[in-house]
Amino acid sequence: MATVTLENLHKSYGKVAVIHGVDIDIKDGEFIVIVGPSGCGKSTLLRMVAGLEGVSDGEVRIDGKRVNEKEPMDRDIAMVFQNYALYPHMSVAQNMGYGLKIAKTPKAEIDTRVAEAARLLQLEPYLDRRPRELSGGQRQRVAMGRAIVRRPSVFLFDEPLSNLDAKLRVQMRLEIKQLQRELGVTALYVTHDQVEAMTLADRMIVMNAGVAEQIGAPLEVYANPRTAFVAGFIGSPPTNFMAAPDGGQIGVRPEHVSVVAPDAGNVTGRVQYTEPLGAETLVHVILENGETATVRQDGTVPIPAEKQDVGLAWDKAVEMRFGSDGVRVDAR
Amino acid sequence: MAIDKHTGMVEKRGAGLWLTHLGLIIGVLFIFFPIWLAFVASTVQQADIVRPPMPLLPGGHFLENYGKALTSGINAPVATMLFNSAVMALGISLGKIVISLLSAFAIVYFRFPGRTLFFWLIFLTLMLPVEVRIVPTYEVAANFGMLNSYSGLIFPLIASATATFLFRQFFMTVPDELAEAARVDGARPMRFFFDILLPMSRTNIAALFVILFIYGWNQYLWPLLITTDPSMNTIVMGIKQMFPSGDDLADWPVIMATSILAMIPPVAVVIGMQKLFIRGLVDSEK
Ligand SMILES: Nc1ncnc2c1ncn2[C@@H]1O[C@H](COP(=O)(O)OP(=O)(O)O)[C@@H](O)[C@H]1O
Ligand SMILES: [Mg+2]
Repeated sequence: MATVTLENLHKSYGKVAVIHGVDIDIKDGEFIVIVGPSGCGKSTLLRMVAGLEGVSDGEVRIDGKRVNEKEPMDRDIAMVFQNYALYPHMSVAQNMGYGLKIAKTPKAEIDTRVAEAARLLQLEPYLDRRPRELSGGQRQRVAMGRAIVRRPSVFLFDEPLSNLDAKLRVQMRLEIKQLQRELGVTALYVTHDQVEAMTLADRMIVMNAGVAEQIGAPLEVYANPRTAFVAGFIGSPPTNFMAAPDGGQIGVRPEHVSVVAPDAGNVTGRVQYTEPLGAETLVHVILENGETATVRQDGTVPIPAEKQDVGLAWDKAVEMRFGSDGVRVDAR
Repeated sequence: MAIDKHTGMVEKRGAGLWLTHLGLIIGVLFIFFPIWLAFVASTVQQADIVRPPMPLLPGGHFLENYGKALTSGINAPVATMLFNSAVMALGISLGKIVISLLSAFAIVYFRFPGRTLFFWLIFLTLMLPVEVRIVPTYEVAANFGMLNSYSGLIFPLIASATATFLFRQFFMTVPDELAEAARVDGARPMRFFFDILLPMSRTNIAALFVILFIYGWNQYLWPLLITTDPSMNTIVMGIKQMFPSGDDLADWPVIMATSILAMIPPVAVVIGMQKLFIRGLVDSEK
């Protein structure tokens, strides 16, 4: 258990800067999710914390101690990789115990810890199998087990669920969260999936092009995005943006808009197509000025016909206003 | 045609099956016949061979001929030559494997100045087999006093660009994440090499060992140059040395016995390593 501090963290490959200064104080036992589109530098940030990537500028502190120059093994961290990175020629038990074996932990102790992790992850029947004899979900568990047995202070996850099918992903998501709570370990978790981020995070770092655009609790970020990028990235379907007279943008979330009669709305448009999902319906509308907007309405509300002219209405209080640089201007 | 569930192979039935087998049997007989003749010749007496027609069934002098070959031979006892060949073939194949594993490891996993240069230098030597560089190599070996020695037989042939290249290609297919996971687990580079890379290369090493052993065993030109003392002869060149010069009579039964004996170790290696060898050639253990 430990705190993690990133201070003005920078990374460049040669002349190309990929991380432009990230600051965060992570509390002991906190679950932090780093979320952002592909290529924005999430993995790079995590790998700097792990020690797999050098720090160009700034400082990484674990439990208050600078670790910039330390090897991964000396940082008291464990990492779960996207493709699991299990050793193919070792059994499940050997995979989980390898780190301890290197640390010269007594054999009996290794066995106890591996057995304990296997019980926690329901891997007991598979301890003697090779990774290739396991399903994707089981391999994922072994990778988690390998992290657990070392009893690290910090867990690092790099998109650990992206190779699983949708159903398993939801299940493993819950298990990861439960496990992290149970063990009380500080966790940094990288994902590009905003649903994963919303459900797992105590706080999340929304990254865009190497910049931490916003750091905060998921609901706070959802309710008060600080930039147009965050408003567009967090929430599904994404926020509708409309040009504002002052050159900036107005953002309204699809769930805050309703379809009304053409003369009763804030704007008018024509229904392009609808997606009835049962519990809710997505209505895609082309506005008069050519912009598109999405309405997310309850499944019980009548579905407008395609090509129908409609009005879109929302409460002015839910509008989010962004300046021409994308930064929120109606500060709250 | 039907897919065999157990082997996953396409299986032919009926006439096709018989034709295939017939073709294979004829092929085997065709290849095997000279070997059979050699074996027959190694079990009869000199007189039986020179008098036509040549016998087609083994005679009764098996022990006598093989005993003579092994203990006294013609220039040197075949047992000595077998031992020399074994030392040379094992030295070359194991040496090549160790060296190329280590160089491939260095080239793939370490960033050092001139890494690409070294890779291309190694790659270039692919184009320089022993025969091309034989004169300078002989010169160097002679200056080191390696004539008529095991080191002279082994070291000049021990570097292998091919094997280095093969291991490099294999290592590059090993995901980076694996090396990183090992690093997080606390494995330093050589530990990673021994605990992870080496076991993962097991089948590749086995396949390469078979190929290199046969390569080493079959060396002819180099041992011919570097050894003048009959007690350092290897068996493959030794057979040729047994042929008489001038008017001497060739002792064909002993020469044939020697040939048969020369064939046994490579065959034994292939059969012994068959399972690993085929796996190494066919699937990549991932
Ligand atoms: N070794 C490297 N050399 C140069 N550029 C790199 C290297 N690794 C990553 N990058 C660049 O850094 C950026 C961030 O990469 P990454 O952290 O992997 O993104 P993410 O994990 O968010 O998808 C990308 O634009 C990528 O091209
Ligand atoms: Mg990534």
